[in-house]
Amino acid sequence: MARTCEHCCTKIDNLTVKFGGNTILDKVNLHVNCGEVVGVVGPNGAGKTTLLRTILGEVPYQGKINFRIEGRVSQAPKIGYVPQKLQFDLSSPISVADLVAAAISRYPVWAGVGSDLLEKVKGVLSLFTAEHLVKRRIGELSGGELQRVLLAIAMTPEPELLLLDEPASGVDVKGLSLFYETVDGLRKKHDIAVILVTHDLAGISCYADRIALLNCSIVAEGEAKDVLSDEKLVKTFGPSLWNISCLPDSVSNNKKNKNGAD
Amino acid sequence: MALIELWYRLVDLLPFSWTHYVFMKNALLAVLLVTPCFALLGTMVVTNRMAFFTDVLGHSALTGIAIGVLFGLHDPTFPMVVLAVVLAVAINLLKDVTKASVDTVLGVFFAFIVALGIVILSRAGGFVKYTSYLIGDILAVSPVQILWFVGLTAAVLAYWYIAGNAMLLTSVNASLAKSRRLNTFLIETSFTVLLALVVIISIRLVGILIINSLLVLPAAASRNFTRSVHAYTGWALVISVFSGIAGLIASYYWGTASGATIVLFAAACFGLAVLLSHLRK
Repeated sequence: MARTCEHCCTKIDNLTVKFGGNTILDKVNLHVNCGEVVGVVGPNGAGKTTLLRTILGEVPYQGKINFRIEGRVSQAPKIGYVPQKLQFDLSSPISVADLVAAAISRYPVWAGVGSDLLEKVKGVLSLFTAEHLVKRRIGELSGGELQRVLLAIAMTPEPELLLLDEPASGVDVKGLSLFYETVDGLRKKHDIAVILVTHDLAGISCYADRIALLNCSIVAEGEAKDVLSDEKLVKTFGPSLWNISCLPDSVSNNKKNKNGAD
Repeated sequence: MALIELWYRLVDLLPFSWTHYVFMKNALLAVLLVTPCFALLGTMVVTNRMAFFTDVLGHSALTGIAIGVLFGLHDPTFPMVVLAVVLAVAINLLKDVTKASVDTVLGVFFAFIVALGIVILSRAGGFVKYTSYLIGDILAVSPVQILWFVGLTAAVLAYWYIAGNAMLLTSVNASLAKSRRLNTFLIETSFTVLLALVVIISIRLVGILIINSLLVLPAAASRNFTRSVHAYTGWALVISVFSGIAGLIASYYWGTASGATIVLFAAACFGLAVLLSHLRK
């Protein structure tokens, strides 16, 4: 478990979200401390993205979401968000400089990104070794490059809570590993709370302090080694779970033996 | 009005025969005011894939005119504007609420609004009286209408300056915009209301049938060869203003409808842009 200041946290109590007659999230409870990475895993349609959108205030809900910053209740914490994908046309004439400048400055980018603002943009991108991408169109970026640009935006200004939606999608293994290491470094250095929604069990088990299995409600929650040995997770994700290299050998071997066919 | 007089004197300095006519001077000023609005709005219409939406707004003018006729109004601008604004907000709300695709929602509105307008206006064979709205008449623009366009252009420029970045972030990802504490609903709604106002107030200039082309073509042409929002917006402005001036002057010499001639110039720019971008590759 990462060391935390213990004065900042996000606490979700009995969160219920309904669309029409369908219950998407049902009495979800989740507590994330600062400096902690919580991985939210679950099958498609489990409500993972809805959970993030609800925390962002986009979706009406029942229940409570409380943010405590430095010991005080906060109504409007700074939230950094890295979306799963951007809804833009690949040929859109939007450069990386445009996207970052639009996010960090009020000066309209259509009037041009001046040299001072461009330096600021490069400074933001350099935190994630992405300053060389500044003139590229966002449609030309690889999945990993786009993730780094979006992470740079999410970290400016430094947030109290960082929400990452499916960072594994469209990113190669090397890029994903770099991404997780960056996130790991961020929470240690800046003591921020991270909620990371993913299908990538292998990656998340290596970097998350806790894992929450979401399937409409939280089905299992705890440290990776405990949750990943949970039968409910096996039912959800299948026996490929035992191939995760980060699991302690005892868990991995036990399960492989139990699951003889593997 | 003193400014208009000053404008007339400035145009008189140009060595062309068309500058002798007041209606051409008024039309040129209207073009210089309206085309930058269309270029700016068009960049966001194209980026957000809203071409069909603006077509529905333009065609709602028919029903707006029809409502004006029903109420015995001499000038139907007020019902046209109110209807377009209500329609813009309603579509914006509905696309979030309904499970149907935006395309289907727009298709339903389009069919209903056009049919309603035609039914009311065609009572007792009277539709022919309103055909001027279909193709527009920029040469009939009055100094008072020009003052309206001055206000409209100022409003669009101010809005673009204040909300340009917010619109860009919202168009790229609404949740990302929300995480930056932007009110995405307010941004989308205010943009559609502004769009409705510009489309409806300009409809007398270029006509219901082609107003959408004037919105879409400059931005669609510009995005073929630009790589940043600044260049995209700048070239859309250049293409829109150039097409406006060239189309107006060409229509004078060719004796053709000005709005349609302007659109043809914009379409030629689009064709050239596509060709250039292919040659570059």
